[in-house]
This record gives sequence, structure tokens and C-alpha cells, in this order.
Amino acid sequence: MKIIIPLMIVFFCGFYMLITFFIPAKFAQDSSQLLQLWYQGVAAFFVFIGIFNLIKINIDKIQRKLRDWQYSIILLFFLGVMLGAGFIGGRDSKIFLYFFENFQVPLGATMFSLLAFFVASASFRAFRAKTPEATLLLIAAVIVMIGRIPIGYLIWNKFPDLVEWIMQVPNTAAKRGILFGIDLGLISMALRVLLGIERSYMGGGGEK
Amino acid sequence: MFLVLFIIIYNIDLRAFDVPNDDGSSIILKWQSDEIFQSFEIFRSLNAGENFEKIGEVNGIEADFRDSNLKPNNDYYYKVSGKRDSILIFSNIAGPVKPVVQYFNLSRLPMAICIIILFASVLFYIRRARKGKKLFIRKIPALNAIEEAIGRATEMGKPVLYVPGIMDIDDPQTIASMSILARVAEKTAEYGTPLYVPTSRSMAMTMAQQVVKESATRVGRPDWYNPDNIRYITDDQFAYVSAVDGIMVRERPATNLYLGTFYAESLILAETGHSTGAVQIAGTAMPDQLPFFVAACDFTLLGEELYAASAYLSQEPIQLGSLKGQDFGKLIFIAVIVIGVISQIFNWQFFINLFNTIE
Repeated sequence: MKIIIPLMIVFFCGFYMLITFFIPAKFAQDSSQLLQLWYQGVAAFFVFIGIFNLIKINIDKIQRKLRDWQYSIILLFFLGVMLGAGFIGGRDSKIFLYFFENFQVPLGATMFSLLAFFVASASFRAFRAKTPEATLLLIAAVIVMIGRIPIGYLIWNKFPDLVEWIMQVPNTAAKRGILFGIDLGLISMALRVLLGIERSYMGGGGEK
Repeated sequence: MFLVLFIIIYNIDLRAFDVPNDDGSSIILKWQSDEIFQSFEIFRSLNAGENFEKIGEVNGIEADFRDSNLKPNNDYYYKVSGKRDSILIFSNIAGPVKPVVQYFNLSRLPMAICIIILFASVLFYIRRARKGKKLFIRKIPALNAIEEAIGRATEMGKPVLYVPGIMDIDDPQTIASMSILARVAEKTAEYGTPLYVPTSRSMAMTMAQQVVKESATRVGRPDWYNPDNIRYITDDQFAYVSAVDGIMVRERPATNLYLGTFYAESLILAETGHSTGAVQIAGTAMPDQLPFFVAACDFTLLGEELYAASAYLSQEPIQLGSLKGQDFGKLIFIAVIVIGVISQIFNWQFFINLFNTIE
């Protein structure tokens, strides 16, 4: 029963959502939206579980004086500040916005900006012409890079057109090929999940 | 006399239709006029010729209007007035038009056929597998490498890091990732290697905890399971990345597995992992992130391989049957694409139109 009931819920909800995709009538659309709303309702409760887990692990770290335990104090302090500011003044309160705009946004932007350096280091490794495929990749990348900047046009005025062709034809063709595979794989996996063949996501292992 | 001439010259031809493939709540109006108007006002009535009420106004360049939130199976009448300076010119009355409830969206029929074909081929091969037919499945190097990578971590006495992407469990890639996590957890539990699973969503954390716990129990190592190793970090994308990077730098896992949905954080994670010297295996169905993983990781599961991974790792005939069915579906779609290309070249409208309606 522990496995059968969740499997039946997955089966009926999954196939119901699939069928309502093809039925435009109001009752079908309303009921599928209701199911999605239920999911959002359940997801809202899980926020508390997440916060509880975060607090528990960091308090434990402080108590046991594990490595870098001082950072846990900072984390819990700011968690408390943001929660308090949010509960008291709402998301538009001055203190909430102050911490969000002056701490979270610049820290997030800093992490994002690391991408520029990582793209350079990853490209350096990827573009080493060790094999014919890597050489092809290197040539295509050099053309695209040169064609995307103004000097590329000055070197040869057809560079931007060549770049456009590379992006629109071989690049799009490869991408669509991958997308076809992804969609087919997705449908096949969905069928395995709906029929209960694939149940390891429930912790139930494979075929029983 | 001038006004009469004006009405004759500025004629507005209005037509009204039930919107096809909808829930019977909309009617679409289309009109044509030889002259330019500044704006159009739209009127609706339940009786022809009387009690028209204004329901909307659009500017002069528009030539259609969708009237929504109607009651199905009621008769509706419409007229449109074109405004030019201070003069209003009315169209003919269009109607009665009845919005009708549709119980099947015909524009999605080709998609329904595709899904039925694929379902049928998957079920056919599952049935064959049940009968004990041997199925050949091509090798996926990235999946074969997972066990070796876990073995390497065990030999080095270092942990394995598993990142299940940054989306919640309503994302199919996260579900696929959890299925792979179950196999990875079995191996790590068997070898007694620590497994860290930092999650970006609390629901994914709960699911991951359950999956890892069950896997450990299945291989007879329930004592190995430590719920604190499967932890929630934050929903914020880059805060999550910085936390995972921190784990890589501090704990120095020997194997990093990135399997799930990734966006801009893919390369930040993979490059940090590379700098720590870890063996890295990635897999995602996000085509834009695949090049980053290919460049920065040792092995990459390309798109569909992520969905196939759990079945491949389990080696159960029934699951492998579903993979075979998927490949057969792919063969059919390749044939359809080839016929589509030929149809475009020779302008076979029937076949082209069949796929034009797919939304």
C-alpha cells in the first residue's frame, strides 16, 4: 500500500493532466489548473521545511564548532534580520530593501560576473585543436568571435553574414536534433513514471 | 446628401466566427474597410438590431477583435463603428454567432498522434522485454564512468558531490536526476563513501533525503545515511552556486556529478570543480548549457541520455525496453522529418498542413 497509493496518484494525476492538454472545454482546463494550484499549495509548506533544515544544520555546526562555524553565525544573523524585516514591514520595508539591494544583489552579480573568467578558461581548454572535431570547433568559434565584433566587419565585410549562417544553419540544426531527442526521452520517461515502471524517484528502486 | 454619400463610400464589412478549438467562450470579429479610420468601437447584442452595448475599442490600424468570457451556445450579434473626425460609420450586423464548446483541440491532433505512436512503440518493446527478448542498448560512456568515479572517490577517501540542478520536482529533469541519485546512493552506500547533495529547493531536498535513505537501506547500509549531508541551501540561483562552490573548495570531493536543470550557473560550478581536480560528470536537457558542460567536464550526458540514465543504470529488461521503444519512436520521427523536407520541396500541401497546426 505504501507504494501502490502514491503510484495510483501519479498515474491518475499524470494521465489526467495529459488528457486535459487536448480538451479545451472549461471543466477540463479549470480542473487541471486546480491540480497545479494544489501543487503550489504543497510547495508553500515546504519552504518551512527548508528553513528549518538550514537553521538546524547551522546551529549544529556552531554547537560542535565545526570548521568555519563562524560563517554559520553570520548566515543565521542575516536570515533572522531578513525574516524579521519581511514579517514586520513586508517586502517593501526600508530595512528589507536595504539588505536586499546592498547585499544580495551585488553578491549575486559578483557570482554571475565570474562567468566571464570561467568562459575564458573553459574555452582555452575546449579550443585546443587535438582532434578534427576540436579543430572544427576552434575554427567556428574564431569566426563567430571575430564576426561578432566591429573589427570583424572591417577585416572582411562578409564576416557578420558568415556568423549568421553558422548560427542559423549548422548551430540551429544541431540544437534541434538535441531537442528532438530530449522531447522523445522526456515522453518515454514520463510513460515509465506514469506506469510505475520507473519508481526510483520515490525511493522505491526499480521493478518490484 | 453628403452624409449618405459618406456612408456609401466608407463601407465596413464585418464578419464574426466562433473561435475554433476553445472552451466555447470566445468569438472573433474581423472587418475590412477601404478607408482609414482613427478608431473602431465594437458593439454586441443578444438580439438582432437592438440593445447593442459597447464592449471595446481598438485603434484604426486593427482589423480584428476577440470577444471573450461569453456564455457557450448563446446567440450573439455584433456591429462595429469606424470613427473618423466627428463622424461615426457603422458596419453591417454580423450574426447570429454561437460560441460552441470543443471537447477536443483539433489543432493538437498531430501531437496526439505522435504521442500515441511513441507510447505504443514503448509499450511494444516493454512487452518484448517482458517475454525475455534480448535488447541491444548502445553504451553511454558517461554513465559507465559514474561507477568508476565513485570508486575513485572511495579509493581517495574523499566524498562524492551530487548537484541535482536548481529546479523543483515539478521539472522532469529533477525527477530524472532523482532516479540517477538513487543508483549513485546505492553505490556510495555500498562503498561507504560520503555523499553530499546540496539542493536549491526544499521539496527536492525532502525527495533526495528519501531517495538516498531508501537506497542505503536497500544495500543493507542504513547506518551510512546521514540526513545532514542532503541539505537545503537557498532558492536564490547565485547564492546556491556560491554555497556549492564553497563545498567543493572546502571538502574537495573527488567526484562531482551535475545532473538536472542548469542555467547560467553550469559553467561556474563546472569550472570550480575542475580547479579542485575532481572527476566531473554532467548531464542536462538544457541545450544552451550543454557546451559549457562538454568544455568543463570529463563526461557529459547529452539531453535525452539524462532521461535514459536511470533505465540504463538499472539494466532491468523492462526499463531497457522503454529505451528501445524511444529509439524506435525516434526512427519514425526521422522518417517524418525526411518526408517533411520532400513535401516542402515538392509542395505537398496536405502533409505540410498536417504539421502547420501544431502549437
